Amino acid sequence: MIHRFANPTRFVRLADVIQPWAAGMTFLFFVTGLYFGLFASPADYQQGETVRIMYIHVPAAWMALFCYTAMAAACGTALIWKHPLADLAARATAPIGACFTLLALVTGSLWGQPMWGTWWVWDARLTSVLILFFLYLGYMALNNAFDDAERGFKASAILALVGFVNVPIIKFSVDWWNTLHQPASVLKAGGPAIHASMLTPLILMALAFKAYYLWVLLIRMRGEINAMKVRALRMRQVQQADMADKVAAGKVG
Amino acid sequence: MSSFIAILSRDLNLAYRQGMDSVMVVMFFVIAVVLFPFGVGPEANILARIAAGVIWVAALLASMLSLERLFDADYEDGSLEILILQPITLEIAVAAKVTAHWLTTGLPLIIAAPVLAILLNLPADGFAVLISALALGTPSLSLIGAIGAALILGARRGGVLLSLLVLPLYIPVLIFGVSAVDAGLGGFPFKSHLLALGGLLLATLALCPWVSASALKQALRS
Amino acid sequence: MAAFFDMGGYGGFVWPAYAIVAFVMVGLWTMSRRFQRTSSDELAALNPRTRRRQQEPNDET
Repeated sequence: MIHRFANPTRFVRLADVIQPWAAGMTFLFFVTGLYFGLFASPADYQQGETVRIMYIHVPAAWMALFCYTAMAAACGTALIWKHPLADLAARATAPIGACFTLLALVTGSLWGQPMWGTWWVWDARLTSVLILFFLYLGYMALNNAFDDAERGFKASAILALVGFVNVPIIKFSVDWWNTLHQPASVLKAGGPAIHASMLTPLILMALAFKAYYLWVLLIRMRGEINAMKVRALRMRQVQQADMADKVAAGKVG
Repeated sequence: MSSFIAILSRDLNLAYRQGMDSVMVVMFFVIAVVLFPFGVGPEANILARIAAGVIWVAALLASMLSLERLFDADYEDGSLEILILQPITLEIAVAAKVTAHWLTTGLPLIIAAPVLAILLNLPADGFAVLISALALGTPSLSLIGAIGAALILGARRGGVLLSLLVLPLYIPVLIFGVSAVDAGLGGFPFKSHLLALGGLLLATLALCPWVSASALKQALRS
Repeated sequence: MAAFFDMGGYGGFVWPAYAIVAFVMVGLWTMSRRFQRTSSDELAALNPRTRRRQQEPNDET
């Protein structure tokens, strides 16, 4: 099953089909999500209108974790099965995940100032998400640090897998430590603990973020496939030039 | 086991002959810590409050300083490729090199730490906890650092990159190391923090040689 | 309308949050798109055979 899509040409053909749908879904969910989030939902009795920041903060934080998980899975696939597209998928996911992480941190900060009275606290949840951001940056830096692209893929894949220990720490930090950050209220045993009027915009925005991820991922993967072909062609040109040199030298000698 | 000792003694011999490495690391450690009284002012109370954190952060940076060369020299001169052809497993070789790194950097830091603690007015209750926390924590630093050192082989600007990769992974050690000393100073039980550090050490001991060995194999293959 | 933008006194926090999200998401999309374009141009320049394939309609999404 995996190797059916291993062929970049086949992948591009598949991407051609999915991409317009991803784009359409992104717009559809954003429009409905923003409508429910900004107009058709009540203010929270505790948080007031700042609850509307949650409709972008929570999906961004979910996507930050989701992207890292997807990236680590792609890296594992690349290392174990040497799947050629997995390296590219991981590389294409990293900047998207880094952006979501940054957005989760910034929107959380903008929510924290009016609610907690501070832009930032060093509690376990916030700190571990900050580390996640650094891990994304480290992954991208290592990925680009080598003249040989393949070596960059493999080295950063190992780093991504090592950094994966941080993901469960983030997820359970609110349960393990007594933090200022509130515990999960949607994804928990016994059903969500928030009212339907707030759950609707949250789910719609989460779907919008996910569709946006898919859309941008496909765009970036096409770019990465092109870049990979460019590298291969350049390599072939160098080799051909080398061969020509050798032949010429052989004739002279 | 004999190959472990062979590699260990070779690395220690090299470090001894080059001589300066351990001294440089300790000097960096001392100077970095001594900067703080200038930065935050010489008030004894403030210094005593931040002493544990300052010493830990400086130890973190100092032990990272010499990481870049952990595998680099062997990678450049080709002895890593010979090492990989030997009948011993690469994990054992990595463990030996990490042990040598700890003996030449971590151990001197532990020895230098009490002097710096005196300079920063760390209360007497904190000394034993600080030393035991450093003794449990610095091997983890060397082990985690070995992964970074293996990953950056052949990279451009390896040194800066190494700090970007390794420092986020050092944070758990830092958290438990400092909180152990703080608990000791506050008169709280600090055993659980030391146990957490020990747990981290066991986990890194189990995982890091294995991960660094696979990173080394990747580096040599390409 | 003014009440809507005021957000119960929290407009100064809610709107910047939405603005930053919009800015980063549109920015990332634009950069990804530009990356795809430049890389496909680079490929076409290197390989004359693909130059015609670049103009197929399915590139436009």
